[in-house]
Amino acid sequence: MSLLRKIQDTGRVAEAAPPRPSGDPPRAARQLGGSAHVRCIDAGSCNGCEIEIAAAFGPVYDAERYGARLVASPRHADVALVTGPVTRNMAEPLRRTVAAMSRPRLVVAVGDCALDCGEFAGGHGVEGAVADVVPTDLQVPGCPPPPERIVAALRAVTGR
Amino acid sequence: MNAAGAVGPAAVAAQVAAVVAGAPLLAGLMRQVRARLEGRAGPGIAQPWRDLRKLMRKEPITPVGTGPAFRTAPLLLVASTAVVAALMPLASTATPAGVRSDLILVVALLALGTVALALAGLDTGTAFGGMGASREMTVAALVEPTILLAVFALSIPAGSTNLAAIVSGGIHDSARLASPAGLLATAALAVAVLAETGRLPVDNPATHLELTMVHEAMVLEYAGPDLALVELGAHMRLTVLLGLLASLAAPWGIATTASAAAVALGLVLFAVKVALLGAALAAAEVFWAKLRLFRIPELLAGSFLLALLAVTASYFLTGE
Repeated sequence: MSLLRKIQDTGRVAEAAPPRPSGDPPRAARQLGGSAHVRCIDAGSCNGCEIEIAAAFGPVYDAERYGARLVASPRHADVALVTGPVTRNMAEPLRRTVAAMSRPRLVVAVGDCALDCGEFAGGHGVEGAVADVVPTDLQVPGCPPPPERIVAALRAVTGR
Repeated sequence: MNAAGAVGPAAVAAQVAAVVAGAPLLAGLMRQVRARLEGRAGPGIAQPWRDLRKLMRKEPITPVGTGPAFRTAPLLLVASTAVVAALMPLASTATPAGVRSDLILVVALLALGTVALALAGLDTGTAFGGMGASREMTVAALVEPTILLAVFALSIPAGSTNLAAIVSGGIHDSARLASPAGLLATAALAVAVLAETGRLPVDNPATHLELTMVHEAMVLEYAGPDLALVELGAHMRLTVLLGLLASLAAPWGIATTASAAAVALGLVLFAVKVALLGAALAAAEVFWAKLRLFRIPELLAGSFLLALLAVTASYFLTGE
C-alpha cells in the first residue's frame, strides 16, 4: 500500500522530451525504423560512463520512450554502446561482440576514453580508442558524457 | 455454402488474426502501463510492432554448430500457438474448430512450443542456453500437472474436456463459474499461466542478468527474423493464455451462435477482456519481485494444491 501511495505522490518523473536532434542519421540507422536494441560493452571503462548510461535509461531521461531498449545479448542488438579505452584483454572480445551482431548494426563510442583514450592514453594496458578496434558510427564526447547527450545519440539512431 | 456456414470459418480466421495482430499490442500495452507506474513516459503501445518490423528486416544469423532444432523452433512456436488460437473459443464457441478444441490438446500444443524452444536452447551449445532449457523444463514439469488438474476440475460439471462445451456451459449456467471448484480452478490456472508465459514472479521478462534468466536464456542466440518469430510467439502465448483464462473465468459475450454480429461482439469483448487482464497483470508486476528459483516449486506446488482442491470440491459438491 505504501508503494501505491508513493506511485501516486511521485507521478510522472520523466522530463519533457527535448526537440528532436537535427542532422542526418547514420546510414545504417535509417533501416531501423524507430526501434533500437542496445547492448552496452564496457571495454575498460572506469564505470563513470556506465552510471550515465544507467541514468539515460532511468525514469528522468527515459531513453526507452524514443524506442531504445537495453537487451541482454549482442545477437539481439542493433547498437553497441562501447565505453572506455579498449584494453588489451577487451580488444578481441569487443571485435567478436560486434561481429556477433546482425546487420544493420551501429557502434556508438561513449565518453572521452572511447574517443581518444582520454585520461588513460598511453597506459601500458591500453590498446587504443574504440575506433582503432572496430569502426564507429557515432561519438558521444564528455567525461563522463551527460545523459542528455547519450539520449540524443540514441535518438539520432531511432529517429524519434 | 450459405451465409451462416461461412461465419464459422471466418470466426476462426478472425480469432487467429486478432491474436497475431493484437499480441504485440498487448505486450506494448503492458510495458506502457509499467512505464507509467514507474514515472516514465514509455515508448507507446505500438513499439513491439516497430521492434518486430525492424527484426524482420535484419540479417538472419545461424550460429555455427546449430542444427534443425534451432532453425525450426521459432516457426514451430508461432505455428503451434496460432493453432491454439484457432482452436480456442476466444470469440465464438460455434466454430468448425470448436469440436476439436480439447483442453488437453490445447495444453499439449502449448507444451510443444515450450519443448521446441528448450531444444533450441540446448542446440546452441552455450552454457546459458542449456541452463535456460533446464529451468524451463523444470517449470514446465511443475506447471503441466496443475493445468491438467484444473482442466479436470472444470470439465467435471461440463461432462467433457471440450473447451467450447466448458465455455458455453459457463455462459448458460453462470453459477458454475462462482462455485468453489470453478474459483479454485481459475486461481490455479492463473498461477500456471504466469509460469507458462514467463512473467513475474516466476521469470522476469526484462532481465539482463543471465544467471536469473529462464525464457530469455534460451533465446540469447537468436537474431533477426528468427528472433522476431520467437518474440511474436512469446507475445502470442501470453495473449492466448490470458484469453483462455478470460474465456473460462468470464465467458460472457462469447458468441454461441454462428451469427456475424455475435462473433464481432465476441471479438471486441475478447480484446477488451485480454487488455484489462494484461493491464492488471502489468500493474501487479510493479509490486512483485522475482522469486528465487528454488522458491518457484513452492509457488507452483501451492497452485497444484488449489487445482487438487478444485477437483475434490467439484467431485463432492456436484454429488456425482
